[in-house]
Amino acid sequence: MDLFPLWNSLRVAALSTVIVFFLGMCAAFYVSKLGRVKKGIIDVLFTLPLVLPPTVVGYVLLVTVGARRPLGVFLEQFGLRFVMTWYGGVLAAAVVAFPLMYRTARGAFESFDETLAYAGKTLGLSNTYIFWRIRVPACKQGILAGIVLAYARALGEFGATIMLIGYTPGRTATISTTVYHLWRIGDDRGAFMWVMVNLGISAAVLLAVNLLERRKKKAVRV
Amino acid sequence: MSLFVDIRKRLGGFQLDVRLEADGGVLGLLGASGCGKSLTLQCIAGILSPDEGKITLDGVTLFDSVAGINLPPQKRRVGYLFQHYALFPNMTVRQNVLCGLHREPEREAKVRKLDEILNRLHLSGLESRRPHELSGGEQQRVALARILVGGPNLLLLDEPFSALDSQLREQLQMEMQTLLARFDKPALLVTHDRDEAYRLCGQIALINQGRIVTQQETKTLFADPGSRQAASMTGCKNIVVAQKTGEYEVTVPDWGVRLVTAVPLRDGLCAIGVRANHFDAAETQNRHPIIQTGQMEEPFSYMLQMRYANQSAHTPDIWWRVPKVDMTGLPEAVGIAPEFVLPLYE
Repeated sequence: MDLFPLWNSLRVAALSTVIVFFLGMCAAFYVSKLGRVKKGIIDVLFTLPLVLPPTVVGYVLLVTVGARRPLGVFLEQFGLRFVMTWYGGVLAAAVVAFPLMYRTARGAFESFDETLAYAGKTLGLSNTYIFWRIRVPACKQGILAGIVLAYARALGEFGATIMLIGYTPGRTATISTTVYHLWRIGDDRGAFMWVMVNLGISAAVLLAVNLLERRKKKAVRV
Repeated sequence: MSLFVDIRKRLGGFQLDVRLEADGGVLGLLGASGCGKSLTLQCIAGILSPDEGKITLDGVTLFDSVAGINLPPQKRRVGYLFQHYALFPNMTVRQNVLCGLHREPEREAKVRKLDEILNRLHLSGLESRRPHELSGGEQQRVALARILVGGPNLLLLDEPFSALDSQLREQLQMEMQTLLARFDKPALLVTHDRDEAYRLCGQIALINQGRIVTQQETKTLFADPGSRQAASMTGCKNIVVAQKTGEYEVTVPDWGVRLVTAVPLRDGLCAIGVRANHFDAAETQNRHPIIQTGQMEEPFSYMLQMRYANQSAHTPDIWWRVPKVDMTGLPEAVGIAPEFVLPLYE
Protein backbone atom coordinates (compact mmCIF):
# COMPACT_ATOMS: atom_id res chain seq x y z
CA MET A 1 0.00 0.00 0.00
CA ASP A 2 1.28 3.46 -0.92
CA LEU A 3 1.51 5.45 2.32
CA PHE A 4 2.00 8.82 0.62
CA PRO A 5 -1.55 10.11 1.42
CA LEU A 6 -0.90 9.51 5.15
CA TRP A 7 2.39 11.38 5.13
CA ASN A 8 0.94 14.16 2.95
CA SER A 9 -2.15 14.58 5.13
CA LEU A 10 -0.07 14.77 8.29
CA ARG A 11 2.33 17.37 6.91
CA VAL A 12 -0.45 19.47 5.38
CA ALA A 13 -2.44 19.41 8.63
CA ALA A 14 0.61 20.11 10.80
CA LEU A 15 1.92 22.97 8.68
CA SER A 16 -1.46 24.60 8.26
CA THR A 17 -2.06 24.31 12.02
CA VAL A 18 1.23 26.07 12.76
CA ILE A 19 0.31 28.88 10.35
CA VAL A 20 -3.23 29.11 11.66
CA PHE A 21 -1.95 29.11 15.26
CA PHE A 22 0.07 32.30 14.76
CA LEU A 23 -2.32 34.06 12.37
CA GLY A 24 -5.41 33.07 14.34
CA MET A 25 -3.95 34.25 17.61
CA CYS A 26 -2.74 37.58 16.26
CA ALA A 27 -6.11 38.13 14.57
CA ALA A 28 -7.94 37.16 17.77
CA PHE A 29 -5.87 39.56 19.86
CA TYR A 30 -6.29 42.36 17.32
CA VAL A 31 -10.05 41.93 17.04
CA SER A 32 -10.56 41.58 20.81
CA LYS A 33 -9.17 45.14 21.20
CA LEU A 34 -11.39 46.74 18.53
CA GLY A 35 -14.48 48.89 18.98
CA ARG A 36 -17.91 47.40 18.41
CA VAL A 37 -18.52 48.40 14.78
CA LYS A 38 -15.08 47.47 13.46
CA LYS A 39 -15.17 44.27 15.46
CA GLY A 40 -18.49 43.28 13.92
CA ILE A 41 -17.27 43.78 10.35
CA ILE A 42 -13.86 42.15 10.70
CA ASP A 43 -15.29 39.29 12.73
CA VAL A 44 -17.69 38.41 9.90
CA LEU A 45 -14.83 38.51 7.40
CA PHE A 46 -12.63 36.22 9.51
CA THR A 47 -15.42 33.76 10.25
CA LEU A 48 -16.73 33.49 6.69
CA PRO A 49 -14.60 30.43 5.68
CA LEU A 50 -16.28 28.51 8.49
CA VAL A 51 -19.79 28.94 7.15
CA LEU A 52 -19.11 28.92 3.41
CA PRO A 53 -19.19 25.54 1.67
CA PRO A 54 -15.55 24.38 1.32
CA THR A 55 -15.99 24.14 -2.45
CA VAL A 56 -16.82 27.86 -2.52
CA VAL A 57 -13.69 28.59 -0.50
CA GLY A 58 -11.75 26.44 -2.98
CA TYR A 59 -13.24 28.31 -5.90
CA VAL A 60 -12.36 31.69 -4.34
CA LEU A 61 -8.80 30.46 -3.78
CA LEU A 62 -8.54 29.27 -7.39
CA VAL A 63 -9.75 32.62 -8.62
CA THR A 64 -7.26 34.45 -6.38
CA VAL A 65 -4.03 32.47 -6.72
CA GLY A 66 -4.77 30.68 -10.02
CA ALA A 67 -1.93 30.50 -12.55
CA ARG A 68 -3.29 33.24 -14.80
CA ARG A 69 -4.52 35.57 -12.06
CA PRO A 70 -2.42 38.62 -11.08
CA LEU A 71 -1.64 37.29 -7.60
CA GLY A 72 -0.85 33.86 -9.01
CA VAL A 73 1.52 35.35 -11.58
CA PHE A 74 3.15 37.45 -8.87
CA LEU A 75 3.66 34.46 -6.57
CA GLU A 76 4.97 32.36 -9.46
CA GLN A 77 8.00 34.71 -9.60
CA PHE A 78 9.01 33.42 -6.15
CA GLY A 79 8.47 29.84 -7.24
CA LEU A 80 5.21 29.61 -5.29
CA ARG A 81 2.47 27.70 -7.08
CA PHE A 82 -0.57 26.81 -5.09
CA VAL A 83 -2.60 25.07 -7.78
CA MET A 84 -2.04 21.31 -8.02
CA THR A 85 0.78 21.30 -5.42
CA TRP A 86 0.89 19.85 -1.91
CA TYR A 87 1.48 23.24 -0.32
CA GLY A 88 -1.63 24.47 -2.08
CA GLY A 89 -3.24 21.91 0.23
CA VAL A 90 -1.65 23.74 3.16
CA LEU A 91 -3.20 26.98 1.95
CA ALA A 92 -6.65 25.42 1.51
CA ALA A 93 -6.56 23.70 4.92
CA ALA A 94 -5.26 26.85 6.63
CA VAL A 95 -8.02 29.05 5.21
CA VAL A 96 -10.74 26.60 6.21
CA ALA A 97 -9.29 25.93 9.70
CA PHE A 98 -8.44 29.57 10.46
CA PRO A 99 -11.87 30.60 11.82
CA LEU A 100 -11.84 27.78 14.38
CA MET A 101 -8.54 28.90 15.85
CA TYR A 102 -9.46 32.57 15.59
CA ARG A 103 -12.84 32.24 17.28
CA THR A 104 -11.75 30.03 20.20
CA ALA A 105 -8.68 32.18 20.84
CA ARG A 106 -10.76 35.35 20.67
CA GLY A 107 -13.17 33.98 23.27
CA ALA A 108 -10.22 33.19 25.53
CA PHE A 109 -8.64 36.62 25.03
CA GLU A 110 -11.89 38.39 25.75
CA SER A 111 -12.23 36.69 29.12
CA PHE A 112 -8.62 37.52 30.03
CA ASP A 113 -8.26 39.66 33.15
CA GLU A 114 -6.78 42.84 31.69
CA THR A 115 -5.30 43.94 35.03
CA LEU A 116 -2.66 41.22 34.56
CA ALA A 117 -1.49 43.03 31.44
CA TYR A 118 -1.61 46.37 33.26
CA ALA A 119 0.44 44.90 36.09
CA GLY A 120 3.02 43.69 33.56
CA LYS A 121 3.20 47.12 31.97
CA THR A 122 3.71 48.98 35.25
CA LEU A 123 6.45 46.47 36.12
CA GLY A 124 8.16 47.54 32.90
CA LEU A 125 7.66 44.30 30.97
CA SER A 126 7.55 44.68 27.19
CA ASN A 127 4.29 44.21 25.32
CA THR A 128 5.74 41.18 23.51
CA TYR A 129 6.70 39.56 26.80
CA ILE A 130 3.25 40.29 28.25
CA PHE A 131 1.57 38.74 25.21
CA TRP A 132 3.58 35.51 25.03
CA ARG A 133 4.41 34.94 28.69
CA ILE A 134 1.32 36.24 30.49
CA ARG A 135 -1.65 36.59 28.15
CA VAL A 136 -1.16 33.42 26.10
CA PRO A 137 -0.44 31.14 29.11
CA ALA A 138 -3.48 32.53 30.93
CA CYS A 139 -5.60 31.73 27.87
CA LYS A 140 -3.91 28.35 27.36
CA GLN A 141 -7.08 26.27 27.62
CA GLY A 142 -8.89 28.18 24.90
CA ILE A 143 -5.86 28.31 22.65
CA LEU A 144 -5.19 24.58 23.02
CA ALA A 145 -8.80 23.88 22.17
CA GLY A 146 -8.40 26.09 19.11
CA ILE A 147 -5.29 24.24 18.00
CA VAL A 148 -6.97 20.85 18.33
CA LEU A 149 -10.07 21.99 16.47
CA ALA A 150 -7.98 23.58 13.73
CA TYR A 151 -5.80 20.47 13.39
CA ALA A 152 -8.79 18.16 13.22
CA ARG A 153 -10.47 20.39 10.64
CA ALA A 154 -7.27 20.66 8.55
CA LEU A 155 -6.80 16.88 8.63
CA GLY A 156 -10.34 16.31 7.42
CA GLU A 157 -10.29 19.05 4.75
CA PHE A 158 -11.74 17.85 1.47
CA GLY A 159 -13.79 20.39 -0.50
CA ALA A 160 -11.39 23.31 -0.84
CA THR A 161 -8.48 20.88 -1.26
CA ILE A 162 -9.99 18.96 -4.18
CA MET A 163 -10.86 22.26 -5.88
CA LEU A 164 -7.39 23.74 -5.51
CA ILE A 165 -4.98 20.81 -5.74
CA GLY A 166 -7.12 17.99 -7.10
CA TYR A 167 -6.00 14.39 -6.70
CA THR A 168 -2.63 13.30 -8.05
CA PRO A 169 -1.31 10.06 -6.54
CA GLY A 170 2.10 10.59 -4.99
CA ARG A 171 1.91 14.37 -5.33
CA THR A 172 -1.24 15.93 -3.91
CA ALA A 173 -3.24 12.98 -2.59
CA THR A 174 -4.43 13.32 1.01
CA ILE A 175 -6.33 10.73 3.02
CA SER A 176 -9.69 12.33 2.38
CA THR A 177 -9.18 12.76 -1.38
CA THR A 178 -7.78 9.21 -1.58
CA VAL A 179 -10.89 7.75 0.07
CA TYR A 180 -13.04 9.62 -2.42
CA HIS A 181 -10.92 8.52 -5.39
CA LEU A 182 -10.77 4.85 -4.35
CA TRP A 183 -14.51 4.73 -3.81
CA ARG A 184 -15.11 6.26 -7.25
CA ILE A 185 -12.99 3.65 -9.00
CA GLY A 186 -14.74 0.90 -7.01
CA ASP A 187 -11.80 -0.08 -4.78
CA ASP A 188 -13.90 -0.61 -1.66
CA ARG A 189 -11.15 -2.47 0.18
CA GLY A 190 -8.66 0.37 -0.36
CA ALA A 191 -11.18 3.00 0.68
CA PHE A 192 -12.02 1.01 3.83
CA MET A 193 -8.31 0.78 4.73
CA TRP A 194 -7.90 4.55 4.54
CA VAL A 195 -11.09 5.10 6.50
CA MET A 196 -9.58 2.93 9.27
CA VAL A 197 -6.33 4.92 9.15
CA ASN A 198 -8.28 8.16 9.46
CA LEU A 199 -10.29 6.79 12.39
CA GLY A 200 -7.04 5.80 14.11
CA ILE A 201 -5.53 9.27 13.76
CA SER A 202 -8.68 11.02 14.95
CA ALA A 203 -8.99 8.72 17.96
CA ALA A 204 -5.33 9.31 18.82
CA VAL A 205 -5.79 13.08 18.69
CA LEU A 206 -8.84 12.95 20.93
CA LEU A 207 -7.07 10.62 23.35
CA ALA A 208 -4.10 12.98 23.55
CA VAL A 209 -6.43 15.89 24.32
CA ASN A 210 -8.16 13.96 27.09
CA LEU A 211 -4.84 12.91 28.61
CA LEU A 212 -3.60 16.50 28.52
CA GLU A 213 -6.73 17.71 30.27
CA ARG A 214 -6.55 15.04 32.93
CA ARG A 215 -2.92 15.88 33.70
CA LYS A 216 -3.79 19.54 33.95
CA LYS A 217 -6.61 18.83 36.43
CA LYS A 218 -4.36 16.67 38.58
CA ALA A 219 -1.71 19.37 38.74
CA VAL A 220 -4.26 21.87 40.01
CA ARG A 221 -5.63 19.56 42.68
CA VAL A 222 -2.27 18.84 44.33
CA MET B 1 10.54 63.49 45.91
CA SER B 2 7.20 64.78 44.83
CA LEU B 3 4.26 64.01 42.63
CA PHE B 4 2.16 66.61 40.91
CA VAL B 5 -1.08 65.69 39.16
CA ASP B 6 -3.48 68.00 37.37
CA ILE B 7 -5.61 66.09 34.88
CA ARG B 8 -8.99 66.00 33.22
CA LYS B 9 -10.58 63.03 31.53
CA ARG B 10 -14.06 62.34 30.19
CA LEU B 11 -15.23 58.74 30.21
CA GLY B 12 -18.76 58.24 28.95
CA GLY B 13 -20.89 60.55 31.08
CA PHE B 14 -18.25 60.77 33.80
CA GLN B 15 -15.93 63.74 34.10
CA LEU B 16 -12.69 63.42 36.07
CA ASP B 17 -11.04 66.68 37.11
CA VAL B 18 -8.33 66.07 39.65
CA ARG B 19 -5.48 68.14 41.07
CA LEU B 20 -3.17 66.56 43.63
CA GLU B 21 0.22 67.09 45.16
CA ALA B 22 2.11 64.52 47.21
CA ASP B 23 5.54 64.60 48.81
CA GLY B 24 7.38 61.85 50.66
CA GLY B 25 4.45 60.64 52.75
CA VAL B 26 1.32 58.63 52.11
CA LEU B 27 -1.56 60.48 50.50
CA GLY B 28 -4.97 58.85 50.80
CA LEU B 29 -7.63 59.23 48.14
CA LEU B 30 -10.87 58.76 50.01
CA GLY B 31 -14.22 58.56 48.28
CA ALA B 32 -17.20 56.36 47.49
CA SER B 33 -16.91 53.70 44.81
CA GLY B 34 -17.21 55.10 41.30
CA CYS B 35 -15.94 58.55 42.30
CA GLY B 36 -12.84 58.36 40.09
CA LYS B 37 -10.20 57.22 42.58
CA SER B 38 -9.00 54.21 40.61
CA LEU B 39 -9.30 56.14 37.36
CA THR B 40 -6.87 58.69 38.79
CA LEU B 41 -4.38 55.95 39.67
CA GLN B 42 -4.67 54.45 36.19
CA CYS B 43 -3.94 57.83 34.62
CA ILE B 44 -0.88 58.29 36.84
CA ALA B 45 0.40 54.80 36.01
CA GLY B 46 -0.13 55.40 32.30
CA ILE B 47 -2.68 52.63 31.81
CA LEU B 48 -5.16 55.28 30.71
CA SER B 49 -4.34 58.60 29.09
CA PRO B 50 -6.00 61.75 30.43
CA ASP B 51 -7.63 64.06 27.87
CA GLU B 52 -5.55 66.97 29.09
CA GLY B 53 -3.35 68.10 31.93
CA LYS B 54 0.03 67.33 33.40
CA ILE B 55 1.64 64.70 35.62
CA THR B 56 5.18 65.08 36.95
CA LEU B 57 7.14 62.83 39.30
CA ASP B 58 10.42 64.10 40.82
CA GLY B 59 10.69 66.69 38.07
CA VAL B 60 10.23 64.10 35.32
CA THR B 61 7.19 64.78 33.14
CA LEU B 62 5.14 61.61 32.78
CA PHE B 63 2.30 63.25 30.91
CA ASP B 64 1.81 66.71 29.43
CA SER B 65 -0.96 67.30 26.92
CA VAL B 66 0.45 70.68 25.90
CA ALA B 67 3.99 69.43 25.27
CA GLY B 68 2.67 66.19 23.78
CA ILE B 69 4.44 63.97 26.32
CA ASN B 70 2.88 60.65 27.32
CA LEU B 71 5.38 58.14 28.69
CA PRO B 72 4.31 54.50 28.37
CA PRO B 73 3.67 52.74 31.71
CA GLN B 74 6.87 50.75 31.21
CA LYS B 75 8.97 53.93 31.50
CA ARG B 76 7.20 55.58 34.42
CA ARG B 77 8.70 53.47 37.25
CA VAL B 78 5.45 53.59 39.13
CA GLY B 79 4.58 50.63 41.35
CA TYR B 80 0.90 49.69 41.17
CA LEU B 81 -0.65 47.35 43.72
CA PHE B 82 -3.95 46.19 42.24
CA GLN B 83 -7.05 45.45 44.27
CA HIS B 84 -6.77 41.71 43.61
CA TYR B 85 -2.95 41.89 43.36
CA ALA B 86 -2.80 40.74 39.69
CA LEU B 87 -0.21 38.02 40.31
CA PHE B 88 0.62 36.09 37.16
CA PRO B 89 -1.17 32.76 37.70
CA ASN B 90 1.14 30.75 35.43
CA MET B 91 4.27 31.75 37.36
CA THR B 92 5.66 30.77 40.75
CA VAL B 93 6.24 33.31 43.52
CA ARG B 94 9.89 33.47 42.48
CA GLN B 95 9.08 34.06 38.81
CA ASN B 96 6.51 36.67 39.74
CA VAL B 97 9.00 38.63 41.82
CA LEU B 98 11.67 38.25 39.13
CA CYS B 99 9.32 40.07 36.75
CA GLY B 100 9.96 43.15 38.87
CA LEU B 101 13.72 42.66 38.50
CA HIS B 102 13.99 42.35 34.74
CA ARG B 103 15.78 45.72 34.51
CA GLU B 104 18.66 44.39 36.62
CA PRO B 105 21.35 43.21 34.17
CA GLU B 106 23.70 41.45 36.58
CA ARG B 107 22.81 37.94 37.58
CA GLU B 108 24.41 38.12 41.02
CA ALA B 109 22.73 41.36 41.95
CA LYS B 110 19.45 39.90 40.75
CA VAL B 111 19.69 36.88 43.03
CA ARG B 112 20.80 39.02 45.97
CA LYS B 113 17.93 41.49 45.56
CA LEU B 114 15.46 38.66 45.16
CA ASP B 115 16.58 36.97 48.38
CA GLU B 116 16.59 40.30 50.18
CA ILE B 117 13.03 41.21 49.29
CA LEU B 118 11.70 37.68 49.93
CA ASN B 119 13.26 37.81 53.39
CA ARG B 120 12.00 41.27 54.12
CA LEU B 121 8.43 40.35 53.25
CA HIS B 122 8.57 36.96 54.99
CA LEU B 123 8.17 35.02 51.76
CA SER B 124 11.17 32.72 52.11
CA GLY B 125 10.09 29.14 51.66
CA LEU B 126 7.19 30.04 49.39
CA GLU B 127 9.33 30.64 46.27
CA SER B 128 8.01 27.70 44.28
CA ARG B 129 4.33 28.11 45.17
CA ARG B 130 1.82 29.34 42.62
CA PRO B 131 -0.45 32.31 43.43
CA HIS B 132 -3.57 30.16 43.87
CA GLU B 133 -1.77 28.17 46.59
CA LEU B 134 -1.24 31.30 48.73
CA SER B 135 -3.45 33.00 51.31
CA GLY B 136 -4.77 36.50 50.64
CA GLY B 137 -2.13 38.05 52.88
CA GLU B 138 0.67 36.13 51.19
CA GLN B 139 -0.60 37.13 47.78
CA GLN B 140 -0.48 40.75 48.83
CA ARG B 141 3.08 40.39 50.09
CA VAL B 142 4.17 38.75 46.83
CA ALA B 143 2.60 41.58 44.85
CA LEU B 144 4.37 44.12 47.05
CA ALA B 145 7.69 42.29 46.73
CA ARG B 146 7.30 42.24 42.95
CA ILE B 147 6.72 46.00 42.95
CA LEU B 148 9.28 47.09 45.57
CA VAL B 149 12.15 44.98 44.24
CA GLY B 150 12.32 47.16 41.14
CA GLY B 151 12.73 50.35 43.18
CA PRO B 152 9.72 52.36 42.00
CA ASN B 153 9.64 56.14 42.39
CA LEU B 154 6.01 56.14 43.39
CA LEU B 155 3.68 53.60 44.96
CA LEU B 156 0.01 53.34 44.01
CA LEU B 157 -2.16 51.19 46.27
CA ASP B 158 -5.65 50.48 44.96
CA GLU B 159 -7.98 49.34 47.79
CA PRO B 160 -5.26 46.97 49.01
CA PHE B 161 -7.27 45.48 51.87
CA SER B 162 -10.73 45.15 50.36
CA ALA B 163 -10.12 41.57 49.20
CA LEU B 164 -9.26 40.41 52.74
CA ASP B 165 -11.45 39.40 55.65
CA SER B 166 -11.60 41.84 58.54
CA GLN B 167 -9.38 39.93 60.98
CA LEU B 168 -6.50 39.73 58.54
CA ARG B 169 -7.09 43.30 57.41
CA GLU B 170 -5.85 44.99 60.58
CA GLN B 171 -2.80 42.75 60.78
CA LEU B 172 -1.87 43.64 57.21
CA GLN B 173 -2.59 47.31 57.73
CA MET B 174 -0.07 47.24 60.56
CA GLU B 175 2.49 45.56 58.31
CA MET B 176 1.74 48.02 55.53
CA GLN B 177 2.30 50.92 57.91
CA THR B 178 5.81 49.64 58.72
CA LEU B 179 6.52 49.05 55.06
CA LEU B 180 5.31 52.49 54.00
CA ALA B 181 7.38 54.12 56.73
CA ARG B 182 10.49 52.61 55.13
CA PHE B 183 9.47 53.75 51.66
CA ASP B 184 10.86 57.26 51.34
CA LYS B 185 9.01 58.17 48.16
CA PRO B 186 5.43 59.29 47.65
CA ALA B 187 2.65 56.75 47.94
CA LEU B 188 -1.02 57.07 47.01
CA LEU B 189 -3.57 54.90 48.75
CA VAL B 190 -7.05 54.64 47.30
CA THR B 191 -9.77 53.58 49.69
CA HIS B 192 -13.44 54.01 50.55
CA ASP B 193 -12.76 53.14 54.20
CA ARG B 194 -12.10 56.22 56.35
CA ASP B 195 -10.61 54.19 59.21
CA GLU B 196 -8.09 52.72 56.80
CA ALA B 197 -7.29 56.16 55.42
CA TYR B 198 -6.90 57.57 58.92
CA ARG B 199 -4.61 54.74 60.01
CA LEU B 200 -2.25 54.81 57.05
CA CYS B 201 -2.26 58.26 55.46
CA GLY B 202 -0.48 61.42 56.55
CA GLN B 203 -2.66 63.43 54.20
CA ILE B 204 -6.06 62.77 52.72
CA ALA B 205 -7.67 64.04 49.55
CA LEU B 206 -11.44 63.62 49.46
CA ILE B 207 -12.86 62.81 46.01
CA ASN B 208 -16.48 63.16 45.07
CA GLN B 209 -17.88 62.64 41.56
CA GLY B 210 -14.51 63.04 39.88
CA ARG B 211 -13.50 66.17 41.78
CA ILE B 212 -11.21 66.79 44.74
CA VAL B 213 -13.25 68.22 47.61
CA THR B 214 -10.22 69.05 49.73
CA GLN B 215 -6.71 67.85 50.47
CA GLN B 216 -5.45 68.22 54.06
CA GLU B 217 -3.41 66.68 56.83
CA THR B 218 -5.39 63.70 58.08
CA LYS B 219 -5.75 64.88 61.67
CA THR B 220 -6.71 68.42 60.67
CA LEU B 221 -9.28 67.07 58.22
CA PHE B 222 -11.01 64.93 60.83
CA ALA B 223 -10.78 67.61 63.56
CA ASP B 224 -11.99 70.43 61.32
CA PRO B 225 -13.46 69.23 58.00
CA GLY B 226 -14.56 72.78 57.15
CA SER B 227 -17.33 71.96 54.67
CA ARG B 228 -20.54 69.93 54.74
CA GLN B 229 -19.23 67.55 52.11
CA ALA B 230 -15.93 66.94 53.90
CA ALA B 231 -17.73 66.48 57.20
CA SER B 232 -20.07 63.89 55.80
CA MET B 233 -17.25 62.10 53.92
CA THR B 234 -15.21 61.84 57.12
CA GLY B 235 -18.16 60.17 58.81
CA CYS B 236 -19.85 63.04 60.64
CA LYS B 237 -23.41 61.78 61.18
CA ASN B 238 -25.07 64.97 62.42
CA ILE B 239 -24.92 67.92 60.05
CA VAL B 240 -27.48 70.67 60.46
CA VAL B 241 -28.10 74.18 59.13
CA ALA B 242 -26.85 76.88 61.49
CA GLN B 243 -26.44 80.67 61.67
CA LYS B 244 -23.60 82.58 63.18
CA THR B 245 -24.95 84.69 66.05
CA GLY B 246 -21.75 85.62 67.84
CA GLU B 247 -18.01 85.27 67.50
CA TYR B 248 -18.20 81.90 69.26
CA GLU B 249 -21.93 81.21 69.04
CA VAL B 250 -24.29 79.62 66.52
CA THR B 251 -28.05 79.20 66.46
CA VAL B 252 -29.37 75.90 65.19
CA PRO B 253 -33.01 76.50 64.24
CA ASP B 254 -33.84 72.85 63.43
CA TRP B 255 -32.61 71.67 66.82
CA GLY B 256 -33.95 74.72 68.69
CA VAL B 257 -30.62 75.28 70.48
CA ARG B 258 -27.70 77.69 70.66
CA LEU B 259 -24.20 76.22 70.75
CA VAL B 260 -20.82 77.71 71.53
CA THR B 261 -17.70 76.81 69.61
CA ALA B 262 -14.05 76.73 70.60
CA VAL B 263 -12.79 78.50 67.46
CA PRO B 264 -13.82 81.99 66.33
CA LEU B 265 -16.37 81.81 63.54
CA ARG B 266 -16.05 83.39 60.11
CA ASP B 267 -18.86 84.83 58.07
CA GLY B 268 -20.37 82.46 55.53
CA LEU B 269 -21.01 79.72 58.08
CA CYS B 270 -23.83 77.56 56.75
CA ALA B 271 -23.99 74.57 59.04
CA ILE B 272 -22.44 72.80 61.97
CA GLY B 273 -21.51 69.17 62.42
CA VAL B 274 -21.36 67.03 65.54
CA ARG B 275 -19.93 63.53 65.36
CA ALA B 276 -22.03 60.75 66.88
CA ASN B 277 -19.46 59.99 69.58
CA HIS B 278 -19.00 63.60 70.66
CA PHE B 279 -22.18 64.01 72.70
CA ASP B 280 -21.44 63.63 76.37
CA ALA B 281 -23.87 63.07 79.24
CA ALA B 282 -21.38 64.50 81.78
CA GLU B 283 -20.49 67.63 79.76
CA THR B 284 -21.87 70.86 81.19
CA GLN B 285 -21.33 73.13 78.18
CA ASN B 286 -23.83 73.19 75.31
CA ARG B 287 -26.11 71.14 77.54
CA HIS B 288 -29.70 70.71 76.43
CA PRO B 289 -32.56 68.36 77.35
CA ILE B 290 -33.19 65.44 74.99
CA ILE B 291 -35.78 62.75 74.23
CA GLN B 292 -34.63 59.32 73.11
CA THR B 293 -36.39 57.91 70.03
CA GLY B 294 -34.44 54.79 69.12
CA GLN B 295 -31.68 52.49 70.23
CA MET B 296 -29.44 49.96 68.51
CA GLU B 297 -27.02 47.78 70.43
CA GLU B 298 -23.48 47.27 69.11
CA PRO B 299 -20.76 45.04 70.63
CA PHE B 300 -19.19 47.76 72.78
CA SER B 301 -21.52 50.71 72.45
CA TYR B 302 -25.10 51.80 71.92
CA MET B 303 -26.18 53.75 68.89
CA LEU B 304 -28.96 56.02 70.06
CA GLN B 305 -31.36 58.21 68.17
CA MET B 306 -32.57 61.25 69.99
CA ARG B 307 -34.22 64.67 69.58
CA TYR B 308 -33.73 67.91 71.45
CA ALA B 309 -36.74 68.87 73.55
CA ASN B 310 -37.37 71.92 71.33
CA GLN B 311 -36.41 70.29 68.03
CA SER B 312 -38.75 71.18 65.16
CA ALA B 313 -40.90 68.46 63.65
CA HIS B 314 -39.91 66.75 60.37
CA THR B 315 -36.20 67.15 61.03
CA PRO B 316 -33.91 64.09 61.17
CA ASP B 317 -33.14 62.50 64.52
CA ILE B 318 -29.70 62.98 66.02
CA TRP B 319 -27.21 60.10 66.22
CA TRP B 320 -25.33 59.50 69.45
CA ARG B 321 -22.88 56.67 70.00
CA VAL B 322 -22.30 55.90 73.72
CA PRO B 323 -19.71 53.39 74.90
CA LYS B 324 -21.40 50.75 77.08
CA VAL B 325 -19.14 51.56 80.04
CA ASP B 326 -20.41 55.16 80.02
CA MET B 327 -24.07 54.21 79.76
CA THR B 328 -25.64 54.58 83.21
CA GLY B 329 -29.33 55.01 82.62
CA LEU B 330 -30.62 57.41 80.02
CA PRO B 331 -29.63 61.05 80.69
CA GLU B 332 -32.23 63.79 80.51
CA ALA B 333 -29.81 66.18 78.87
CA VAL B 334 -26.49 65.96 76.97
CA GLY B 335 -23.72 68.44 76.35
CA ILE B 336 -21.13 68.91 73.63
CA ALA B 337 -17.63 70.20 74.35
CA PRO B 338 -17.17 73.41 72.31
CA GLU B 339 -14.23 72.00 70.34
CA PHE B 340 -16.54 69.26 69.01
CA VAL B 341 -18.99 71.71 67.44
CA LEU B 342 -17.55 71.72 63.90
CA PRO B 343 -18.20 74.92 61.95
CA LEU B 344 -18.97 74.17 58.29
CA TYR B 345 -18.78 76.70 55.45
CA GLU B 346 -19.97 76.66 51.84
